[in-house]
Amino acid sequence: MRAKVRAEAEPLRETMSGADVLIQALKEENVEVLFGYPGGAVLPIYDSLYKNPIKHILTKHEQGAIHAAEGYARVSGKPGVVIATSGPGATNLVTGIADAMMDSLPLVIFTGQVATNVIGTDAFQESDVMGITTPITKHNYQVRDAGDLPRIVKEAFHIATTGRPGPVVVDIPKDISNSFTDPKFDEEVNLPGYQPTTQPNILQIKKLKEAISESKKPVILAGAGVLHGNASHDLLTFAEEMKIPVTNTLLGLGSFPGDHPLFLGMAGMHGTYAANMALYECDLLISIGARFDDRLTGNLKHFAPEATVAHIDIDPAEIGKNVKTEIPIVSDAGEAIRKLSEQNGTPAESEQWRAHLSGYKKDYPLWYKEEKEKLLPQRLVELIHEHTEGEAIVTTDVGQHQMWAAQYYQFKNPNRWVTSGGLGTMGFGFPAAIGAQLAFPDKTVVGLVGDGGFQMTLQELSVLQELNLPVKVVILNNQSLGMVRQWQETFYEERYSHSLIPVQPDFVRLAEAYGIKGYKVSSEKEAAEVFKETMNNEEPVVIDCRVCGLENVFPMIAPGKGLHEMIGVKP
Amino acid sequence: MRRIVTATVNNQSGVLNRVTGLLSKRQFNIESITVGYTEKEGISKMTFVVNVDDDQKIEQLIKQLNKQIDVLKVSDITDQAIVARELALIKVLSNGQVRNEIGGIVEPFRASIIDVSRDSVTVQVTGDSAKIEAIIDLLRPYGIKELARTGITAFTRGSQKSVTELKQYSLLK
Ligand SMILES: Cc1ncc(C[n+]2csc(CCOP(=O)(O)OP(=O)(O)O)c2C)c(N)n1
Repeated sequence: MRAKVRAEAEPLRETMSGADVLIQALKEENVEVLFGYPGGAVLPIYDSLYKNPIKHILTKHEQGAIHAAEGYARVSGKPGVVIATSGPGATNLVTGIADAMMDSLPLVIFTGQVATNVIGTDAFQESDVMGITTPITKHNYQVRDAGDLPRIVKEAFHIATTGRPGPVVVDIPKDISNSFTDPKFDEEVNLPGYQPTTQPNILQIKKLKEAISESKKPVILAGAGVLHGNASHDLLTFAEEMKIPVTNTLLGLGSFPGDHPLFLGMAGMHGTYAANMALYECDLLISIGARFDDRLTGNLKHFAPEATVAHIDIDPAEIGKNVKTEIPIVSDAGEAIRKLSEQNGTPAESEQWRAHLSGYKKDYPLWYKEEKEKLLPQRLVELIHEHTEGEAIVTTDVGQHQMWAAQYYQFKNPNRWVTSGGLGTMGFGFPAAIGAQLAFPDKTVVGLVGDGGFQMTLQELSVLQELNLPVKVVILNNQSLGMVRQWQETFYEERYSHSLIPVQPDFVRLAEAYGIKGYKVSSEKEAAEVFKETMNNEEPVVIDCRVCGLENVFPMIAPGKGLHEMIGVKP
Repeated sequence: MRRIVTATVNNQSGVLNRVTGLLSKRQFNIESITVGYTEKEGISKMTFVVNVDDDQKIEQLIKQLNKQIDVLKVSDITDQAIVARELALIKVLSNGQVRNEIGGIVEPFRASIIDVSRDSVTVQVTGDSAKIEAIIDLLRPYGIKELARTGITAFTRGSQKSVTELKQYSLLK
């Protein structure tokens, strides 16, 4: 009798296992896809997943899972969710966690842990996940009570996706997954120590608007913060109204249309002459959502030496970290740009400056020596652009091919460019393409990889096979660790120590072993034919592109040199 | 520059590791750290003494600490009116003859002798760093067998009105 009365007053809540609570909490967060790999410590979680399914992508290595989650997060703006077991499962994630931290990608990562009563005893498959991941996460948790799971999961998603995005690890001991609790899913997030500032200070906005009116040589440096803030459109309007030329960081590519007259190209170590000289000569630098990485600034002594620096960033710790800043603005990029547009103020008198920079663009464009017989890597990227009409999602690994993609694949739209910038992680590009394709099943996704980096995570070809995911794997095959070889050529008198890899697998047959079509192309004509056939169809493909092996990425700012000291500029 | 920074933190397991890991990862030179409970349940207070090259570095340190989710508030209190204290235990070699002399040093410092054995005495002293340094210097000639210092714990004074006046007397910095 009594039980019945209670049931009417409030719906009787079933007691749930910690693992069941976790899966339910993920559903509350509208998680569409999990990237993971099972093991002992997460068996209860996988069992709950069996009963209450969420789409799960079983990669062949945990590193593949987390890079896929990064690719998914980068193009969709949604958090990437990863599950791995304790010990080796968790440590296999470390590179991806560090990568996501450096490039501000929202990930929520669940690791199994040994049972609480044996933590600290070097138990089977125990690793100190909290200790290992503390320096490479935005935040991390170890769950000590199943009743805390709904709150912790909610906080983890909140922290990962708000402010400056980043990875959050939730470590769950096996006994916690197995224990029972009466969960409450409706608690509000309450984190007094975490209150990111998203609205700009209006006085600072006024100050910047005045600085723009007074400036003769302004330039905007747009980074990935513009993409995270969904502010590409606002940026375009603002730059056009104020007549300010725009350059991008590596990770900011796509935040401004690549073919726009105000666009100067990418800046930094392999940036364009116009972009780097604009940063060198400008009198007002407006950095939006960029963090002045050393690969962007070159020698800080020569970085924007004449400029008043305005820095808009959602992370106050980035402002003034590397570059002295006169106008600091802590804010979401979109909010700040919109407030700037609303604020009265005359555009910069920048006619001369723009004409000057246009001269640089015209006289010193990106260039390579054309050779009709050989397949040039730069040309290969242009061909991919042509056959995808500049609309593809392009993911890359790290090395020469990455820089050529950044230089020659002119992105028209935001969130189509996925690359490992801060950590520079080889092995990232291919699994990231899988994640991106899962986010956008109908878009063309090109995984442009080096022959070196592809071999770090190529086992994920089996995911393409299993799901028939139409990812286009394009191997820029220079039979070397190209970027290493380039540095050895330039700075070590051509002593090619362990960077040439003439002995390689047959990538075509390798693809076929996974049930995927493989092609090998060695000329522009062959490449064009294969691209035409494959780029827009609905099948996965691996294209081994035998490019001219000794090409170098230019222009280049050598380490320690200033922005104006580029080598390899078009003569 | 020697700076005194306080941080109010959630008393979560791992919070000390978070904070010290952050400081070492970013190459900050920590002279001392103290941690302890506060009047609020679940909230602890840390006091760091750090050596930094310039203002930009200390600003970076404070911003990085502030980014930690379990860190609720961070202040560089060096230039405010503060009470900063540390405690030191100093075991000094002494036979009966010099024990009186040591007593004569201890008294003006309002320190106390808290343990006596046949060949040593243990002195407990509290105060700001300069005072601790001073008594150590005076006791050193007798032979210091063992020394343990807690590091500084500090907070701002109840009244900040006469900051400039107080600063002149501050032995810190
Ligand atoms: C995991 C990892 N190991 C080593 C490096 C150092 N590294 C940077 S670029 C590069 C060469 C990459 O070669 P490949 O994948 O063939 O690309 P390419 O430069 O030829 O386009 C290496 C070894 C790295 N970035 N990441």
